[in-house]
Amino acid sequence: MQTVFSIAVDALAYGMVLFVISIGLSVTMGLMRVVNLAHGAFAMIGGYIASYAARDLGLGYAAAVLLAVAGTVLIAIPIERLLYRRIYGAPELTQVLMTIGITFCIIGIANFVFGPTLKTIPLPDTLRGSADLGFRSIATHRIFAIICGLLVAAALWFLIEKTAFGIKLRAAVDNAAMAAALGVRTEFVYAVSFAVAIGLAALGGVVGAELLPVEPYYALRYMVTFLVVVSVGGAGSIPGALLACLLLGAIDTTGRYLAPEYGEFFFYLAVIIIVILFPRGLAGRFK
Amino acid sequence: MKKLITATIAAVVLSSAAYADTIKVGVIGPFSGPFALQGKNFKAGIDAYFALHGNTVGDDTIEVIYRDVPQPDPAQSKALAQELVVKEGVQYLAGFYFTPDAMAATPILEQGNVPMVVMNAATSAIVTKSPYVVRTSFTTWQTSTPIAKVAKDAGVNKVISIVSDYGPGVDAENAFKTAFEKEGGEVVEAIRMPLSTNDFSPIMQRVKDSGAEAVFAFLPSGPTTLGFVKAFNQNGLKDAGIKLFAPGDLTQESDLPALGDQALGMQTTFHYAVSHDSPENKEFVAAAQKAIGNPAELSFPAVGAFDGMHVIAKMIEATGGEQDAEKAVEAVKGLSWTSPRGPVTIDPESRHIMQNIYLREVTKADDGSYFNKEIQTFEKQGDPGLEAAK
Repeated sequence: MQTVFSIAVDALAYGMVLFVISIGLSVTMGLMRVVNLAHGAFAMIGGYIASYAARDLGLGYAAAVLLAVAGTVLIAIPIERLLYRRIYGAPELTQVLMTIGITFCIIGIANFVFGPTLKTIPLPDTLRGSADLGFRSIATHRIFAIICGLLVAAALWFLIEKTAFGIKLRAAVDNAAMAAALGVRTEFVYAVSFAVAIGLAALGGVVGAELLPVEPYYALRYMVTFLVVVSVGGAGSIPGALLACLLLGAIDTTGRYLAPEYGEFFFYLAVIIIVILFPRGLAGRFK
Repeated sequence: MKKLITATIAAVVLSSAAYADTIKVGVIGPFSGPFALQGKNFKAGIDAYFALHGNTVGDDTIEVIYRDVPQPDPAQSKALAQELVVKEGVQYLAGFYFTPDAMAATPILEQGNVPMVVMNAATSAIVTKSPYVVRTSFTTWQTSTPIAKVAKDAGVNKVISIVSDYGPGVDAENAFKTAFEKEGGEVVEAIRMPLSTNDFSPIMQRVKDSGAEAVFAFLPSGPTTLGFVKAFNQNGLKDAGIKLFAPGDLTQESDLPALGDQALGMQTTFHYAVSHDSPENKEFVAAAQKAIGNPAELSFPAVGAFDGMHVIAKMIEATGGEQDAEKAVEAVKGLSWTSPRGPVTIDPESRHIMQNIYLREVTKADDGSYFNKEIQTFEKQGDPGLEAAK
């Protein structure tokens, strides 16, 4: 029984880290319909900024996180204006080619500027070490990641479903021309949601850095996992992504515990089954 | 007419071989992509050798031609090796970070009359693929065997082994198991995990449930080692008194700044630590750090490359610059010299390097940086992997 609880805790923590990083991609792919393969690259930029701020500038963890999110969004704004704006509504192949190109550029620049070695983000004392749950100990940082995931999920759900901005965003996505005719500034709406998605990527890069360490190939190494989460959850759906992360986290963690020699067999078997049963993802919102 | 042409070609070929003053060495390694750091270390080791000993042997000048194989890719490695031999006319092939890349290039050695000096690839079997292969790095068997004695001496009897599921990982598992059982210990469980594993918590849970007193681990150096060591500490294994033993791949110098306090006190066995205390090593480190640019990036492939160039220089000396693979390899069999890592010998039987393996402990220096401090020496270690394969 203890083992079951133990695996459940690990699965929850892993799932939430996946969620924080992948949810931004779900927003760009589902709501903005851009296949953004550079999502991992933006998460990596966030990680690098946080690492630089905390290690070289000596700022606190909270300041480093804020700086990482703000800095990454700032870097993303010119990229959005000059590059992404051209591919909104373009065929998927064009989007894939453009964004994978951006990814390779960012990898090259990161390698040149920061070097090929691992970069860590020093944690504050409160997040360091481990907490005792009674039946096992867990890294305090993982509890922090779980809380971050829940907060992000709640905030995003509120923003998209309950605010005026959310209504405009959904309108602009469903029918941009009609929304514009009714006075919605679609360009502004897209720019803001792109910034939100990038900010979430950066946050995920920083919060997830303990599990997925920051190095130049971060941008590509974990991209497949992020894409799997989005396609299983259903692009654009926040409950869907949350469900997908928890489910995949549980399957992956259990498989790793019981039969590590099978590798990611169970993970991808589950993905295949889910995608066959739900071709639009667990909670796909578009036909 | 045909005879005349043949004669002319023969004359040109022969004379150019006899009076050649530039000896070309083709080096294949990962110079771009995720493993570029290792290729950079190859280059730094070679540059350091030229800086300390010059790039001339007698009248001949050594010219190095680099070819990039970013990731394990046997087909590309073979194609590039062929191109180097046929088009560039290299007399020596060297480098090779990954085992499959080295294996793929061995069939062309005898045909091309070219010796191969392996500067890293660490699977025992490579030297058996061709009589023209010489290795100046290490094997996973060689570095993983002594740690079994260290574990036993620390009073550990039950060990769980955790390795990445690929060639060197399986080698490490077998090497440790063989040596540890010889010492009278027991490997209670052996876990092989996929290379792409990034969350090690479930594995740590398995360790706890297994009741082992210590963990033997092997992962390739790079991003995953960080997550592994962190998971080991944060899941309370370190506090529960479970010990962690590993070959030095886990505490590669270039990963140490990131590992930091997490790795403090970790004991690993390896053939080379940048901190090794000898005049030869001081000279080498100074030259290699200058060559690589950022001193923190220097690690073990550089010393394999440095000694590899030494072996090639000896080969050129023995053949007088002529292309004669057999004579060249024969000349370095049994060759002994003092490398930056300590005294080494090319074993005449296997053509693999015999060397000291050191037990090191991750220690914090006065300036706050971390280094592998050598605390015990296992002298003149051969490659137990070849015997095990027999």
